[in-house]
Amino acid sequence: MTNGQPASTAAAPSIEDAALQKALASTPRPPRPSPLAAVMAFGWRGMLKVKHVPEQLVDVTITPVLFVLMFTYLFGGAVAGSTGEYLDYILPGLLVMSVLFTTVYSGIAINTDLTKGVVDRFRSLPIWSPSPLVGALLGDSVRYVVAGTVIMVLGVILGFRPDEGVLGVLAAMGLVVVFAFALSWVFTTMGLLLRSPNAVMNAGFMSIFPLTFLSNVFVEPETLPAGLEAFVNVNPISILSDASRGLMQGNLDGSDVAIVLGVAALLTAVFVPLTNRLYRTR
Amino acid sequence: MEAQTQLAIEASGLVKHFGETKAVDGVDLAVRRGAVYGVLGPNGAGKTTTIRMLTTLLRPDAGEARVLGHNIVEEADAVRGVVSLTGQLASVDEDLTGRENLILIGRLLGLKHAPAKARADELLEAFGIAEAAGRLVKNYSGGMRRRLDIAASIVVTPEVMFLDEPTTGLDPRSRNQVWDIIRALAGGGTTILLCTQYLDEADQLAEGIAVIDHGKVIAEGTPAQLKASVGGGALHLRLMDPAQRADAARFVERELGEVHLEPDPARLSVSCADTERGAEVVAELSRSGIAVADFSLGQPSLDEVFLALTGHPAEEEPEEPEAVQEEQAA
Repeated sequence: MTNGQPASTAAAPSIEDAALQKALASTPRPPRPSPLAAVMAFGWRGMLKVKHVPEQLVDVTITPVLFVLMFTYLFGGAVAGSTGEYLDYILPGLLVMSVLFTTVYSGIAINTDLTKGVVDRFRSLPIWSPSPLVGALLGDSVRYVVAGTVIMVLGVILGFRPDEGVLGVLAAMGLVVVFAFALSWVFTTMGLLLRSPNAVMNAGFMSIFPLTFLSNVFVEPETLPAGLEAFVNVNPISILSDASRGLMQGNLDGSDVAIVLGVAALLTAVFVPLTNRLYRTR
Repeated sequence: MEAQTQLAIEASGLVKHFGETKAVDGVDLAVRRGAVYGVLGPNGAGKTTTIRMLTTLLRPDAGEARVLGHNIVEEADAVRGVVSLTGQLASVDEDLTGRENLILIGRLLGLKHAPAKARADELLEAFGIAEAAGRLVKNYSGGMRRRLDIAASIVVTPEVMFLDEPTTGLDPRSRNQVWDIIRALAGGGTTILLCTQYLDEADQLAEGIAVIDHGKVIAEGTPAQLKASVGGGALHLRLMDPAQRADAARFVERELGEVHLEPDPARLSVSCADTERGAEVVAELSRSGIAVADFSLGQPSLDEVFLALTGHPAEEEPEEPEAVQEEQAA
């Protein structure tokens, strides 16, 4: 712009450093990044955080291991007669539970982010406005995959042998991750509405815990009192568990997958605009 | 059009409420292109809220503003394309390294990966944070963090830069570094809006100053005009021998007008707008055999200006942190 005019030489004596002078010289503005490029940059940010604080992967590695061991050996004999049989029933359900629990952390992460000044910078950049959110959730999807993989590998070690093999497991994992991605927008909305990361954690787990336990993840619904059974049967988490069992064991009911994708689409349609609006106006 | 684009920032009647609190209550600003403009006021005066509206982070409740001709509400996206913000809280990611921060911002501004890296390294070198480039920002000192913050704001040179209290909490050396950087950026043609509660800072850097208090601009002008509006400066004298004070007072009174005798028996002062005349009087006083130990001659400080304008000193504003108010409103 005004490079080379007397004004810039007038300021020169205060900065002796040539490197600083050069760095301060006007740089041309590149074309804006595409929405995809901005999302990828934020996804990269999420990955870097995992790299710097690998401890935060504890909740997607150790916790699922504890769940699998605990439920299989503690309840297997009582619920299904043998641990082996119970493992066949519960492992697809535990995959669902572990991954869905992880979605609460997306809400906690966004709430933590908001308390810091860096969000102001992101919001003042000329980028597609939802990209910080989408990028963060994309990074979180990697955590879902880690949690899912840990569960499945441990299951196989303990003797889980799905009829549909690796492909069936991958299909089930894909479906669970898609649903988790949609559900995590509920928690990002929560993360933007509540005051502190702690509040988000409490509210998040208070909703996801009952929803997961009042499903067919752990027990066959037929064993439940009628009212409860009716709820469990329509709980989307039950349907997701059925779908992942079906995909792994080969007795898939196609309508389960359709319902899961439908619910995922609905959650996305409602909570993405809501999250985005809250993020921009808060 | 030409006349309009001479102004980098123009605001009229900006208002923002948070619940019952009127954080900003009708602010007008006109900042010419390439200027460093100071917005001066105590904590809670509405500075940060004003900046947040001008950088499209908050929507004004009333009033209108343009940045380089772009309306901040209707053309928010265009505004984001020309501004950069260095917020009051460090606007960098504490959980990343300094280098990663700058690469991230570069990529978000549209640089490809390799140029973003090159630009990050250039800035780290220039701002003296190269050796800490690989450390997490949470382990940085306050001064380093501020420099990184400003570096992040100029990864791509912004046309208009908003700096919210850039030296609050810095030691004098770091503060001078930041001032040098601000001067150099202004020299390169960037318009800078500088919010500060340090009167000295606005005086050092800004060509124009708006004094803001309780969400309103209560005075506006060049530093010199503001000082003049409070009345001229003063000549302060301290004599070698207090016994000579009466003689000195008679002499000075004849030359400059009514003399004020200070509690210290060796001191006296007189209001004096004309510094040249004041200097002559000091010289004449010495020649007439009244020895002067020291003297000061000058315009009132901006602190005195603030006191005169608001009736309360700049520092004694009741605590009303804006961030808290905004949280309550959210």
